[in-house]
Amino acid sequence: MDSGGGRMSTTLAFLGDFGDAFDYIFNSRESQAGGARVGGTELLPLLWTHLKVTALAMAIAIAISLPIGLALGHTGRGAFAAISISNTGRAVPSVALIAFFVAFFPSTPEFWNVTVALALLAIPPILTNAYVGVRQVSRDAVDAARGMGMSGTQIVRSVEFPLALPLIFGGIRTSTVNVIATATIAPLVGVLTLGDPIISGSVHGRAGQIGASIVVAALAIAAEVILAAVQRAVTPTGIKLERGGAVGSPSRLGTLKRRIQTAP
Amino acid sequence: MIELVFAQLQRRDRSGADCVADNGICPDWIADNFDRYVTPFWEHVYLTLVSVAIGFAIAFGLALLAHRWRWLASPITQVTGIFYTLPSVAVFFLLLPLTGRGNTTAIIALVAYTLLILFRNFMAGFENVPAEARDAGRGMGLTERQLLWGVELPLALPEIMAGLRIAVTTTVGLASLAFLAGAGGLGEALFDDINFRSNVLVAGGLAIGLAVVLDLLILGLQKAVTPWTRAAAA
Repeated sequence: MDSGGGRMSTTLAFLGDFGDAFDYIFNSRESQAGGARVGGTELLPLLWTHLKVTALAMAIAIAISLPIGLALGHTGRGAFAAISISNTGRAVPSVALIAFFVAFFPSTPEFWNVTVALALLAIPPILTNAYVGVRQVSRDAVDAARGMGMSGTQIVRSVEFPLALPLIFGGIRTSTVNVIATATIAPLVGVLTLGDPIISGSVHGRAGQIGASIVVAALAIAAEVILAAVQRAVTPTGIKLERGGAVGSPSRLGTLKRRIQTAP
Repeated sequence: MIELVFAQLQRRDRSGADCVADNGICPDWIADNFDRYVTPFWEHVYLTLVSVAIGFAIAFGLALLAHRWRWLASPITQVTGIFYTLPSVAVFFLLLPLTGRGNTTAIIALVAYTLLILFRNFMAGFENVPAEARDAGRGMGLTERQLLWGVELPLALPEIMAGLRIAVTTTVGLASLAFLAGAGGLGEALFDDINFRSNVLVAGGLAIGLAVVLDLLILGLQKAVTPWTRAAAA
């Protein structure tokens, strides 16, 4: 099938393509074209770029969308804007956005074009979840805080933000997993992430394509699991106690609350 | 091989109109070359509709199972949640040894992605059925099956349709990556000449337009099949 077959480690041979893919992940080999080494530790620079693009895009997205989402939620205005942004965001294909930046900003380094495109993709879930998170804070709690003489800023910081944290983290989680997935296609415009072995199949071979897919999938699942744990950790005890009652319909605003539902 | 296609197409000859040479937005070029987008567009429509239809059927089946046996809801959510988390590009290539390249691979990956969205909205729909409506149905002597089809499913329709809208717009976006699995679509047209602005605008615009049109169609369908929600929505 491909010339990498000869290098298949004997212990993994019975797994066929997948065995060869695991061998690619753990042991570097000569590339299909000869010369360069691929796989194994050669994947580390790709992993680093992947993580760097993801982290930067998420940092930009959070810095932009969190204040706006909190402000919209606090004032109760802009529900239409928040929902429109989330709906429009879903309709824009990630590839189209990356291509747009590359075609229209040819003098900007590809790395930043990709990072900004990914950041834009990451904004809608965080913005909508921050908005919904603040809106669903009990009005009694906000009234009580106001009655205690708290200013608007204090209410946002000490009441609405902590109570909205689980949903905010839900949005960050959705976006992060999304950005990790989308960063896989960055090599199409020359930014070498873990998608490189997948897209440059003639260099890395079938084992490289499948092996890198396994690594990307594992990375996405790891991010999901870790951020789910963080989300649980930042959930105020009061909300944990009333969990279930506080959950509104996830579909009404078109947002996906990424929370594992348990049967009542 | 994808990269060969890129090598060929990346530096396409753009001689002719100045506008094209300047990498501008060229109405003439778009008008002359629009036919090249027709096939990718219909491939995109095909991938989206087939994937969402299959995903809807599977999610409906799963929701009925979880409705009948409540304990199934949690494991189904978790398994479909894993499918939702897996990057589509990775799934395309993880399926390579099993289904090769082509439509089948792309559709399996796209279906897997819709399941959580649709299943979750089915369940949200069932949960929002008022207990009084169920009781009234039972009091009228409806069997469980009649209750499901005559009371619960109609009342769950707004959430189900909302899920369908999310699934369709998301799938249109993801189908832009289907060309990596050898299934064509607008993504292929986009990447044929990714540095040319007119091409990026037309291919990307068609994908966004498709998502918006399908979204509005489902919204219209939703309004038509749930006339009772119109009064409440005001």
